[in-house]
Amino acid sequence: MDSQTLYFSLELVAGSGHILNIEQRTALQTSLMILRKNYKFGRVLFWGKILGLKEDYFIAQGRGEDELKDKKNLYSFNCMDWFLLPPATNCLINEVSKAARGRFIGDPSHVYERVLRIHLEDDEEHEEVVKVSEENRLAVTIHWIDEEASVVPRGAFIKNPHGIVQMNRSFCGLSDSEARKLDSFLHFREPRNQKESILGMCELNQTIDFLDVLSDDIPKGSWSLQFECARKVCVLRSLLWLGLTFYHVPVTPHNGYIYIGNGYRNLDLNFML
Amino acid sequence: MDGQRDSSSERRLQSAAVFKAFLSKNSTKSNTNLYDHLTRLLLKVIDEQPHNAVDVIEDLSYAVKQDLFEDRQSNLRDLPQTTAAELLAEKQRLLFTQQEDAEQEDELAETPLPNVSEIGFYLEQAGVGMGREELQRVFLALKQLVESQPVIQRCRLWGKILGTQSNYIVAEAECKEWEDEEEEKIGDEAAEEEEREAETREGDENEIDPLPQSTYKPPPLVPKEAMGTGANKFVYYVCKEPGLPWVKLPSVSPAQITVARQIRKFFSGRLDSPVNSYPPFPGNEGNYLRAQIARISAGTQVSPQGFFQTGEEEGDEEDEAPRDSYDVNPDFEGISVAEMVESLSTWVHHIQHILQQGRCTWVNLAVKREEDQNEDGEAEETEEEPDEPEQEVGPPLLTPLSQDAEIFNTPPWTTKMSSTLTSQHAAAVLRSNLWPGAYAYACGKKFENIYVGWGLKDVGEGYSPPLPPLPQKEYPSGPEITEAQDPSVEEEQVLEEALDEQEAEQEELDDTDEGELLDDD
Repeated sequence: MDSQTLYFSLELVAGSGHILNIEQRTALQTSLMILRKNYKFGRVLFWGKILGLKEDYFIAQGRGEDELKDKKNLYSFNCMDWFLLPPATNCLINEVSKAARGRFIGDPSHVYERVLRIHLEDDEEHEEVVKVSEENRLAVTIHWIDEEASVVPRGAFIKNPHGIVQMNRSFCGLSDSEARKLDSFLHFREPRNQKESILGMCELNQTIDFLDVLSDDIPKGSWSLQFECARKVCVLRSLLWLGLTFYHVPVTPHNGYIYIGNGYRNLDLNFML
Repeated sequence: MDGQRDSSSERRLQSAAVFKAFLSKNSTKSNTNLYDHLTRLLLKVIDEQPHNAVDVIEDLSYAVKQDLFEDRQSNLRDLPQTTAAELLAEKQRLLFTQQEDAEQEDELAETPLPNVSEIGFYLEQAGVGMGREELQRVFLALKQLVESQPVIQRCRLWGKILGTQSNYIVAEAECKEWEDEEEEKIGDEAAEEEEREAETREGDENEIDPLPQSTYKPPPLVPKEAMGTGANKFVYYVCKEPGLPWVKLPSVSPAQITVARQIRKFFSGRLDSPVNSYPPFPGNEGNYLRAQIARISAGTQVSPQGFFQTGEEEGDEEDEAPRDSYDVNPDFEGISVAEMVESLSTWVHHIQHILQQGRCTWVNLAVKREEDQNEDGEAEETEEEPDEPEQEVGPPLLTPLSQDAEIFNTPPWTTKMSSTLTSQHAAAVLRSNLWPGAYAYACGKKFENIYVGWGLKDVGEGYSPPLPPLPQKEYPSGPEITEAQDPSVEEEQVLEEALDEQEAEQEELDDTDEGELLDDD
């Protein structure tokens, strides 16, 4: 969620159980301002918190001109000193998915090690040791969550004729009835799904509907849509990444998401619905 | 030259006029034209003077068109529609009405309501909660609950359980006297079922060829704990939204706890919805919710060591039975926050551990079965008596957290100081890693537990559902039911001949025997 609106938006997602105490909030207000200046970000988002066994990681995300592509993630333990995370490359993602298991510790230099036994065709066993540091794991986890669970309301972002994704300045919020439907919310990631048919496409607006719709997610029902805060705020919770909460106040442009959780995917989702 | 220039400017004017005529051609669909539209658009720009107008001109144009459309619709009357928010506001209004009671002074002396604003303050320090406004509403709802249910002796905000469609706010209450209605009801149901079974049996007997009866006997049911003891020590009330009615949850049975341990399901938010799971859960979502609450309470309700003490007077005799009661220690001085963060042994569980059996106190089922058999009078000798089962013993009440087992290589608790900058005034915060969402804080003599989460236990690498039982053995295959090939005609003949020969021999033998016998005579 945008650091500018942090003072009220944290209250709107508090229904999931996690809040920041006053010390952390004030620290964020100061440090994110400095962060934005030092890294020359267009805007800074407070992305969330990953709970570790010893320490918790606070995550901030800086956005550049293209909101979708120019993203940089930073982490901090005390909400004041921020450290840049490496970009999540394919090679890194591979290593992390092989080696990293269990809970986050809270020490970025902690190394996860895992011995993989690979059976070759001629009955030979080949052992491969994969090592990955927690800092890299953190970078990849944030990348995964952004890919699979980051949400924006339809119309909040537009793709301009140069192909750059920017905030839509004239977005004035979904209506009450639109906010009740899952297909008014989009994944904020590079679109993956093919639009099914030309007939379906003709109703879409190319500048707005360039993202994937949440209602196409598999399995169906991997989102929980509710109205909270005296039923005035639309709140979406991801059931795949437990801890991701998105809010949108209908008929206002205010929206944002936050992740506060353990940092692992809910692999048991199919048993739980 | 002039003539030429005139003609060219005339031509240009003419083409402008043609273009203007083109622009002002009305659309066949919307009956507007581009000329008017552009005029309106520019008027809008002049009126509003938006920043960087060229970037948003598309949207402005769209808005102009939309306004036209709406104008035409405005002769329709608005449909009065009450939104969900308005309905809820109407209900929540009751929370803010002040009751003018004469007995208010008496209530001030000993109120079952906790000091709500203080708890809210510390919870915010600890980084848990549900938002300040929401918490205030919840506390007003708690007040409403206490006023409407005079049996409640003490009441506490237990926490909140998130569901896929709506959430549950859970209040824990201690009652003065326990109602036994439910027990009776269940007893009646069981009796009815028995009667029904008996009827069906009679029906079967009337038929000539009765259907085969199942020989399966369900394992003996572990009896429920009485209200006010063990897992049913407290009564729980839930509501979906502060202001909506509180619903009392039914008491929990050991079978429900045992199944709840094996399944992993989200709550839907409707108490009466079924729980579709394997193994099948006995009851609906209300029962499942109650079972999870019991499990979470047993696992995560903690207090600073020394705050509670067990009654020591009736010492050694009762050592066998685990104690389930404790008193507030009046001499408790409070433990320093730094110490509470440092060491887990300064925290203790104050809710009884739930045994594998699904109860807090163990019952010997084998004994009960024998009694049943005697009552029935039917001797079932075939069944061997099971060995005397070993008594399950859980950790005693007020066991320090440092003795909790590590599961999946994760320490079960994480401690933290609520503030790093002003640690001298901070509170100690405890977070459960086993039940994500369970928190406790302690500051001086004050402490509180709360749970806000999905009501699910952390299962580490992944949940594997229990497998269905193995299929039953088929009928043992022996020679009498083995299929064999039918003999051919030749084979039959050979067999017949052989039989004839045998018979003939037999007769011969008989004859000789008779002859011999005659000889003897």
